[in-house]
Amino acid sequence: MSMLLNAAAQGLLWAVMAIGVYITYRILDIADLTAEGCFTLGAAVTCRLVTSGLSPLVSTLIALFAGLIAGLITGVLHTKLKIPALLAGILTMTALWSINLRVMGKSNIPLLRQTTILTMIEGLGISKDIAAIIAGVALTAIVILFLWWFFNTELGYVIRATGDNKNMIRAQGVNTDKTIIIGVMLGNGLIALSASLVSQYNSFADISMGIGTIVIGLASVIIGEVVFGHRNILHSLIAVALGSVLYRIIIAVVLALGLRADDMKLISAILLVLALCFPAIRDIAAKNLKNSISKGGSNNA
Amino acid sequence: MLKLTGVHQIFEQGTINEKHVLNGIDLDVAENDFITIIGGNGAGKSTLLNAIAGNFIITDGKIEIDGTDVTKMPEYKRAKYIGRVFQDPRMGTATNMTIEENLAIAYRRAKPRTLRWGINEKERRYFKEILAELDLGLENRLKDKTRFLSGGQRQALTLLMASFHQPKLLLLDEHTAALDPKTAAKVLDITVKIVEEHKLTAMMVTHNMRDALRIGNRLIMMNKGNCILNINAEQKKGLDVPDLLNMFEKASGEKMENDRMLLD
Repeated sequence: MSMLLNAAAQGLLWAVMAIGVYITYRILDIADLTAEGCFTLGAAVTCRLVTSGLSPLVSTLIALFAGLIAGLITGVLHTKLKIPALLAGILTMTALWSINLRVMGKSNIPLLRQTTILTMIEGLGISKDIAAIIAGVALTAIVILFLWWFFNTELGYVIRATGDNKNMIRAQGVNTDKTIIIGVMLGNGLIALSASLVSQYNSFADISMGIGTIVIGLASVIIGEVVFGHRNILHSLIAVALGSVLYRIIIAVVLALGLRADDMKLISAILLVLALCFPAIRDIAAKNLKNSISKGGSNNA
Repeated sequence: MLKLTGVHQIFEQGTINEKHVLNGIDLDVAENDFITIIGGNGAGKSTLLNAIAGNFIITDGKIEIDGTDVTKMPEYKRAKYIGRVFQDPRMGTATNMTIEENLAIAYRRAKPRTLRWGINEKERRYFKEILAELDLGLENRLKDKTRFLSGGQRQALTLLMASFHQPKLLLLDEHTAALDPKTAAKVLDITVKIVEEHKLTAMMVTHNMRDALRIGNRLIMMNKGNCILNINAEQKKGLDVPDLLNMFEKASGEKMENDRMLLD
């Protein structure tokens, strides 16, 4: 039970990160590796500010803002300077490593005995995991409602159309540089926001904590879509959040089966591979089934 | 309306792959002209439309729309003046968005994109009306994603989107070529209807010589990046396909070698 609670808590805090990846990967159709550096950035900014005495809420908002800036840089590199999206993300990610070290001043900041958003909720007399679940549900719900509204505005429409069909949306008079930059900013802002809460839950920021972010994010997106469907934007956003929880539960189960925490990254990668090739496997299985049925039919005839 | 002066387009200039695709085109399009454009493969028909729409900035020459010099204007800014339908039915709509979302994007083309809702009830009712006029059963499928539509339905939808707010110029690049003959005829009928209804100025590339003769008030034949024939409504009346082929041979000094075109 506590294992499940812990998985749910983690999944919900990371759900906003998965939604950020969903925006760049699914809506904009860009594999944005900024995520890796941006996740650490969100945690680094939060821990640095909280330990220097700033209120955790303000620190969290500033982390969100830092993520928006990271996204802006990748967006400008890609659109205005015409660097391929994948490379633009790698460049920002690499640069962020140094920036994160500057922000933190060292490679690890613990949040010992500091007031965080989570300790504030724990103050109501509940356990850490329940507090994280409350914070995670509240934040994810706010983010999903906000995005559901945003992607149904005029601006949201043209951002979605940019990832869908650049030719069409340019012919409709939209400057796709602008829409791509806004989308990448939004995605990375959410990734940093998620990281901020994760660092408050874990009580530390570490320079290498962002490694694997994109794989975890994509795994959550794809598991969510495969298991819970993706009829429209709202449906997809909820599915991705649930996918993030499901991902944590799968990881928890695998760890409970005797694998070590060191194996996490390998498990994440394998999980993503399985999720990615699920449609192909399903098609092959369906074909085999059909073949065996039609074979059976001809035998009978 | 539209004026092209000495338009040249050279792709990959200075490399071994250099291609001189438009070779000094001069063209004057009057208000309400409906020009059909024919020519063999590689004649520069699509490149001409792309140059006008601003897919690329031309190597040399000048393009004016309604007296405004748009030669250096990026595509998304020219879109204010220009509606487009492409050959590939997938190119005209955002396929993971619904019919009404696509229509709404096009309907608000002239305005800046703000944080207002992307579509309202009034627009929805209007879209239903104009979709019903197409007679393709789309009026009850406003919330369907366009990837579930057939090629013909998508082209009809793209035509509607392109003709909102009476663009100064409608560019049609073989927009019926990927459709079966029956659907192509239907989409062509819708095209003519929309152009006449909204009194649009249109340029239509086609590989179908009969359509090129039957539709519009002017016909242009292109070869090797040049306009080699420019036929007005009067001259067009008496012509048939063999006449057109003869004229091509005379003007270009070679035989029309596009099989696809001869078959029609």
